[in-house]
Amino acid sequence: MYGYAGRVLHVDLTTGKTHVEPLNEDYAKKYIGGIGLGIRLWLDHSKPGVEPLSPENPLILATGPISGTVWPTGGNGHAFVSKSPQSYGVGEAKAHGSFGTELKRAGYDAVIFKGKAEKPVYVWIDDDSVQLLDASHLMGKSPGDTEDAIREELGDYYIRVAAIGPAGEKLVRIACIINDKTRAAGRTGMGAVMGSKNLKAIAVRGTHDVTVAKPEEFMEYVKEFHERMKGPATQKYRTLGTPENVLVHNSLSCMPTRNYNNSRFEGAEKVSGENLNERFVAKIIGCSSCAMRCEHVCVVPEGPYKGTMTRMEYEPLWAMGPYCGVDRLDAIIKGMDLCNYYGIDAISSGVIVGFAMDCYEKGILTEKDFDGIDARFGNHEALVQLIEKIGKREGIGDILAEGVKVAGEKIGNGADKLAQHIKGVEVTGYDLRCLKTAALGFAVSFRGADHNRHGAYAFDVKGKVNRLVAEKGRGKMVKDMEDVYTLIDSFIVCKFSRGTYYKELEDMTKLYTLVTGIEMTPEEMKRSGERINNVARLFNIREGLGRKDDTLPYKVMHMPIPDEGPSKGAYVTQEELDLLLDDYYMARGWTREGIPTIEKLKELGMDDLIHIVEGKIGKIKKAEE
Amino acid sequence: MVKIHERKFVSADPEKCAGCQCCEYICSMTKEKSFNPLKSRIRVVRINQLINLAVTCRLCENPPCVAACPRDALTQSEETGLIAVDEDKCNGCGWCIEACDYGAIMLHPENKVVFVCDLCKEQGEPQCVKWCPEEALDLVTSDVLAQKARITAVKKLFQEAIKETSKSP
Repeated sequence: MYGYAGRVLHVDLTTGKTHVEPLNEDYAKKYIGGIGLGIRLWLDHSKPGVEPLSPENPLILATGPISGTVWPTGGNGHAFVSKSPQSYGVGEAKAHGSFGTELKRAGYDAVIFKGKAEKPVYVWIDDDSVQLLDASHLMGKSPGDTEDAIREELGDYYIRVAAIGPAGEKLVRIACIINDKTRAAGRTGMGAVMGSKNLKAIAVRGTHDVTVAKPEEFMEYVKEFHERMKGPATQKYRTLGTPENVLVHNSLSCMPTRNYNNSRFEGAEKVSGENLNERFVAKIIGCSSCAMRCEHVCVVPEGPYKGTMTRMEYEPLWAMGPYCGVDRLDAIIKGMDLCNYYGIDAISSGVIVGFAMDCYEKGILTEKDFDGIDARFGNHEALVQLIEKIGKREGIGDILAEGVKVAGEKIGNGADKLAQHIKGVEVTGYDLRCLKTAALGFAVSFRGADHNRHGAYAFDVKGKVNRLVAEKGRGKMVKDMEDVYTLIDSFIVCKFSRGTYYKELEDMTKLYTLVTGIEMTPEEMKRSGERINNVARLFNIREGLGRKDDTLPYKVMHMPIPDEGPSKGAYVTQEELDLLLDDYYMARGWTREGIPTIEKLKELGMDDLIHIVEGKIGKIKKAEE
Repeated sequence: MVKIHERKFVSADPEKCAGCQCCEYICSMTKEKSFNPLKSRIRVVRINQLINLAVTCRLCENPPCVAACPRDALTQSEETGLIAVDEDKCNGCGWCIEACDYGAIMLHPENKVVFVCDLCKEQGEPQCVKWCPEEALDLVTSDVLAQKARITAVKKLFQEAIKETSKSP
C-alpha cells in the first residue's frame, strides 16, 4: 500500500503482550484514516455500554494516509479515539506537530491500547520493537518534561513523545494528551482514558521510508499548495492568528463573556489578537512538513508572569480571558502554560473556571469553598489558582475536575443551570444564542459542544445567512460542512489549511489518489465523509445517546442576550431547536429520533453495522403505534 | 593575490527558520525517492519553540572529516569544496562523524556508509533552498554571511534611529 503503512499495532497493557495485524483495506477505503478509521476500529474492539475509565475501553491512536509525507499541514497529524469520560459517547481529538509522522515511519496506521497496566508504564515503539517500560519515575511530570526525560533515557533526541500530565494521571475528565510540548489532542478527555490505563506516555522512533503512489505528480501538487499557502486563504493564520477573532466576535456581540452572562466584553481591546501580537508574540513556528506556520509562540516580558512561554490561539484565549472576565493577556498566557503543564484541555479549563466564578458571584459557592480565593469574574489571580487546583484535583478543583456537567450536579443549588456544556463537553467561543446555524452544528456534534466538527459558525459570522433566525435549509448546510470536516480529520490535514483546497472535495480526492494510488471520485469521497459521520452517530447510539442529547446549554435556551447591540434579546427556543434538528435529521436521512435508517446504512455500504440500529428503530415504531 | 571566498554552502537564518522540517523531506525525496528525515543531508534542531535551526555541511576549509578518515574515503573538491565519499573505501567507522562539529556528516541507515550534502549537484541547485517555505535557507559564501551579520548587528544598534527615519515621509 502507498500512503498507508498497512499495519495496526495491538498493545494489551494488562498482559504486556503486543501483536501486529494487517490494516483492513476495506476500512481504509471506507473510513480513510484518523478519526474515521479510529471510530470504526473502536466499535470492533469494545462492548456496548463500556465504562470510559475502565480497562475495557480501548484507546485508539491513528494516523492518516497523508501522515509521513511532506504534504503541507498533512504530514504530521494523528488522532486519538475512545469513549469519552465527558460525553459517554464519541471521544476524539487530534494534534499536529511531529508525532504522527514518526508513528507512520515506525510502520503503523493505528495503535490499539487495551487493558490496564499494573503499574505506570510508557510504551516505547521503536519500529518493530515494542516495549512497555517503567514510568514510575515520570509520574507527576508535565508532558513536556516527560518528553525530555524519555529522550534523555532512551538516548535519542529525535524520539517523539505523546504524554499525559499530572491531571491525566489523576483522571481529570478534561485531561488531554500532549506532544511536542504545546500540541494537544485536547478535547473530550482522552488524557483521562490514557491515565486510567496507567499509560503515562507513548514514545516513537520510526526509521522506515514513506512513499507515495505517484511521486512526481504529488511533488507538483505539493509545490502548488506551497504557493496557495502563501496566499489569502491562510493569511489570518500566518499573521494575527486565530486571536484575530476576539475583536471580530466582540463587534458582532457573539463572544460568550463571564460564563454566558454577556455576549461582548468591555476588555476585548486589551485581550485582542492585535495586542497579543504587538506585545507577546516572539516567533511564529511550524509543524513538521507545514508550509503555512501558525504557531504563535508568546513570551511574557515582564510582570508577575515574566518568562512564561507558550503557544496561543483564540479558543483558550477566549476561555481564560473574556469567559472569565479576565482582561490581562499575561495571566491568560500563564493559564495556558499551566494547562500544558498539568495536561488539561485549555478550552474546558477556562469554561470551568468561568462556571466556578459564576457560582461564586451568585452565592452558590463561597470563599470558604475556594479555600479563601476571591473567585470573582475578572480576578486574574483566581484564574491561575483555579487552573492549578483543577490540574491537581485539590480542594474545589477535585469537583471542578469532573467538568461543568458533573460539577453542576454535585454542587447543586441551581449550579447545573450555570453549566454551559453539550453532551458533557464544555462550550467554545461562539455565542450560540445569536449564531443559529452554529447552534445546530454544536447541538448535533458527535463529540459534544464544538466548533471544529462543522465550522457552521462561518455562515453566521460571515453574514451568508441571517444568523438570528432558525429556518429550514440549515440542516443541509451543517451536514455538508460536517462531511468535509470529518474528511479533514481522517486524512489528517490541518483545519487551518481548509481554505487552500479551492475545489474542496475535488482537491482532496486528487491528493488522496496521488498518495494512496486508490482511485476515487469526489462523489465517493463525499460519501466517505458522510459514512464517517454515520459511524460516529452509530457509536453514540450504541452507547445510549440520541435526540435528547442533541441539545443546547441552559443559558443558550433560557437567557436572552442582555447586551445592547446587534444580538440583543437573542436566544434559541425549544421550537427553534426542534425545527433545526428535524431539518438536519431529514438532510441526513435519519429518523426523527436521529437514528440512521437501515436504507441509509445500506446505501453507504455499512451493512456490517446495521445491527446497532435494528432493535432501536423497531422500538420507536412500536412506541408510535 | 588576495581572493574573496567563492565556496557556497547552505545556511539557515535563525530568525526565519520555523523548524518545519520541509527541507528534510525534500532532501530525502530528492536523493532517495522517499520521505524519511533519517536519509536527509540537512537536519533540523529544535531546542525549544523559539530556537530552531536547520544544519548541514558548511564545506569547511581544511575539513576535519577528511583529515579524520583513516581509509582516505573522503576527499574535498578544490573547486567547489564539496566532500566526496568513496563508498568502496568507507567502512562506516564514524571517525568523520566524530570529527564534524556540526553533525553534518552522517551514517546512512541502509547503505552503512557516510553521506553528506552535495548541494544537489545533479539537480543543479540545492532543492532545500528552492523549497523552503520560509525562505530561511540560502546558498551563501562565508563572506556574504559575514556581511549579513554585520548589517543585522548595525541595524540592531541603531534600531531607534531606523524607526525614526522610516517614519519621516
